[in-house]
Amino acid sequence: MSTDTLRTRLRLPQLDATNGVWPALALALIVGGSLVAIDGGSLFTESSMISLLQRAAGLGIVAVGQTIAILAGSLDLSVAYVISLTSLVAAETMAGSDGMVLPAILAVLAVSAAIGLLNGLLITKLRINAFIATLGVGLLVKGYLEQGYAGPAGSVPTSFQHLGYDRVGPVPLSFLLFAAVAAAVWFTLRSTRYGHHLIATGGDLDVARLSGVRTDRVLIRTHVICSLCAGIAGLYLASRLGAGAPRVGAEGGYDLESIAAVVLGGTVLAGGRGGVTGTVGGVLLLAVIDGVFNQLEVDSFFKQMVRGVVIVAAVAVYALRLRRTSDRRKAAVA
Amino acid sequence: MQPDSDQPLLRMRGVGKSFFGVRVLDDVDLDLHPGQVHALVGENGAGKSTLMKIASGVYQPDSGSLELSGRPVTLPDPRAAQTAGIGIIHQEFNLLPERTVAENVFLGREPMRRGLVDRRAMQARTAELLAGIGEAAIAPQTRVGRLSVAQQQVVEIVKALALDARVLIMDEPTASLAEHEVELLYALVRRLQQRGIGILYVSHRLTEVFDLSGRITVLKDGRRVTTLDTAEATADTLVRHMVGRELSHYFPERAVPGSAGASRLQLSAAGNGRLRPVDLELRSGEVLGVGGLQGSGRSALARAVFGIDGFRTGQLLLDGVPVRVRSPRQAVRAGIAYVTEDRKGEGLVLSQSVLDNALLAQRAVNPRWFARNARTTTVRELLDAVEVHAAGTDQEIRYLSGGNQQKVILARWLAMKPRVLLFDEPTRGIDVGAKAAIHDLIRKLAADGAAVLMISSELPELIGMSDRIVVMRDGAIAGELPAGSSEEAVMSLATGAATSTEAPE
Ligand SMILES: Nc1ncnc2c1ncn2[C@@H]1O[C@H](COP(=O)(O)OP(=O)(O)OP(=O)(O)O)[C@@H](O)[C@H]1O
Ligand SMILES: [Mg+2]
Repeated sequence: MSTDTLRTRLRLPQLDATNGVWPALALALIVGGSLVAIDGGSLFTESSMISLLQRAAGLGIVAVGQTIAILAGSLDLSVAYVISLTSLVAAETMAGSDGMVLPAILAVLAVSAAIGLLNGLLITKLRINAFIATLGVGLLVKGYLEQGYAGPAGSVPTSFQHLGYDRVGPVPLSFLLFAAVAAAVWFTLRSTRYGHHLIATGGDLDVARLSGVRTDRVLIRTHVICSLCAGIAGLYLASRLGAGAPRVGAEGGYDLESIAAVVLGGTVLAGGRGGVTGTVGGVLLLAVIDGVFNQLEVDSFFKQMVRGVVIVAAVAVYALRLRRTSDRRKAAVA
Repeated sequence: MQPDSDQPLLRMRGVGKSFFGVRVLDDVDLDLHPGQVHALVGENGAGKSTLMKIASGVYQPDSGSLELSGRPVTLPDPRAAQTAGIGIIHQEFNLLPERTVAENVFLGREPMRRGLVDRRAMQARTAELLAGIGEAAIAPQTRVGRLSVAQQQVVEIVKALALDARVLIMDEPTASLAEHEVELLYALVRRLQQRGIGILYVSHRLTEVFDLSGRITVLKDGRRVTTLDTAEATADTLVRHMVGRELSHYFPERAVPGSAGASRLQLSAAGNGRLRPVDLELRSGEVLGVGGLQGSGRSALARAVFGIDGFRTGQLLLDGVPVRVRSPRQAVRAGIAYVTEDRKGEGLVLSQSVLDNALLAQRAVNPRWFARNARTTTVRELLDAVEVHAAGTDQEIRYLSGGNQQKVILARWLAMKPRVLLFDEPTRGIDVGAKAAIHDLIRKLAADGAAVLMISSELPELIGMSDRIVVMRDGAIAGELPAGSSEEAVMSLATGAATSTEAPE
């Protein structure tokens, strides 16, 4: 209560875990860029930058959804299968006809929202742990896909392929879509009641509930939005591939990869702390690492190892920082 | 409809509640009038918090009814209670450390403009509310985690006020406040009272009850024992109603002067980032009291000795042998115990059983299976000795009342038979009966040869228990006082009014 103690506290530098990803990204660009240059290539040509941004777009849209699930103290492991499913829903509904693009988009949104709703209901009403609930739902979808499809199905009209291949200046349209989704979610978190309640729910479920937040509704909504993001990613992949693919989500590793991007971006796995901007950084970082390795043509085993090391290192750094700040906070109280 | 003052603001009738078949409240009546401070007292686990949670929509009563200004209401959830104008400051902290003051204050009721959260209005209103209770020094956009415990308590109060509450429930609001901060709370309560707000006030500190309340209800084992006007009550009658027996003695006998044994813990010029070099000696058989204001470095001292934020400079001698304590684990192995002030954050594993929590420290440093039975017996005895009220030792500790959780922590460390005991606010939130038991226990530990360092913000306790008192200020020892010094002597050292060891009498 005394102003003295307050003053000393305000002098402490602001430490925010989400800042860490941007220096890491810069470092990756410098180191990666030099390695590629030594190898005789260039990371900064227009074509390699474009493929980098394109790679980032698909994962990015999913990761933005994953960010709010994790922020709310939950998690979604079903996204990879939702992506596969919705790519098929899109391609099969369109069936090559221009007129069916809009109905297909609506169908995709409806299907993914329904899956998100199911996830949310299982977690809140039946009180099933998010990990298990979303894994279960994911496996359910996987079963359906494996039984019904042996390979790619449906086809998208050329008009819809613009989403996957067009550019605005040097920037792929898909990347702009990613940016738009990220911006929308960022704004939601910042300026809507739901956004505030979401962060509170993830920060401390009891506190949120006792403060009058309807935590169940918040969690259900969050899972619907997360699933919708996966659906949008499914649309994008369908437009890139020209057809629906039953294994595109799982093979792309979108579930764990999206979680990795979120964590790299400084969002705490336990929820309540972090944000979308960090995730954007995390996605770009993963895309840069990918791009560098593609240019260097290293084998994929080594690539996975380096990614693993980067993720573990990032989490360790964040944990360390978090501990320092909380120690300091406690000391300030002492 | 203007409620006339005979009409109670809040009326609870025949309220009953059971958890898992255990009856926690039975046929409780309570009336609260506008502008009245109604105190609720009783032992740990008497059901005070449960009753308050029923009044604020957190729990549903099994039986009985609630009326607000004469109209029957049901409160299905906390939100309904807020809308009805009932605010509550919970016994446990109820804030999000990662969010700003303003975001916490308006959580669940964010002001809106054109469908969006109006952050500016939110901050402005928070600043207004803070200024309204004379706490303008807290900035609305500060993260709550950066505030001190006392400041956080202010935020809790502001959060409850932001509702425009007609009924304000305070469940042990002073438990985390230092003495001078309690004064501020008093002023605040009186101001709210003048605005016609009815206040339900739960506290174990009888002085507060007598200073603030107009009426008192005593609960015991979930039943209402009596309700009486404060003017008619005396501390003795209250205690008799609460405990059900006469409680004569206050503090146990001190050690005979000069009887203190060998030096157990000695600090010479020991310091770290938060402590200026400290010289201190703690002898076997004595209770050394540590006084000082919130933030004066008292807890930092205990944390340093226990190896949480260890000393960087100087020397620490244990039984005359220089040691470096770099982690709590080393401290525990060296025979040091630390009963922390922040029991929920640092002391307990909330989802584990009472017994598991009590055995935590022993298991951590000594994971041997064979001594298991012997160990649980002593712990069970200790849990009895400190009078833990629980459905059983296998009950999850989160369901215990606040005071009973504290007792479990005590039992945990006592079971370690430590050589050096560091107590940080050992009786905070503990009822009068158990408090006396804990004081006796502390004294007995000292008599058995342990060295005890006891931090306390409660001056009567500090003075009544200590064989010597050191007072801290600004991360250094401001002076030392003999047993039985006056409260003024302690305070003047703590605030810097006196700077030498020869404190005024
Ligand atoms: N959610 C719950 N589930 C099971 N038992 C509970 C629950 N909440 C409270 N209890 C039990 O109800 C009894 C009364 O608890 P309560 O918290 O109301 O006590 P209290 O009077 O506030 O005590 P204190 O002074 O220690 O805060 C205790 O025995 C406690 O263990
Ligand atoms: Mg209580």
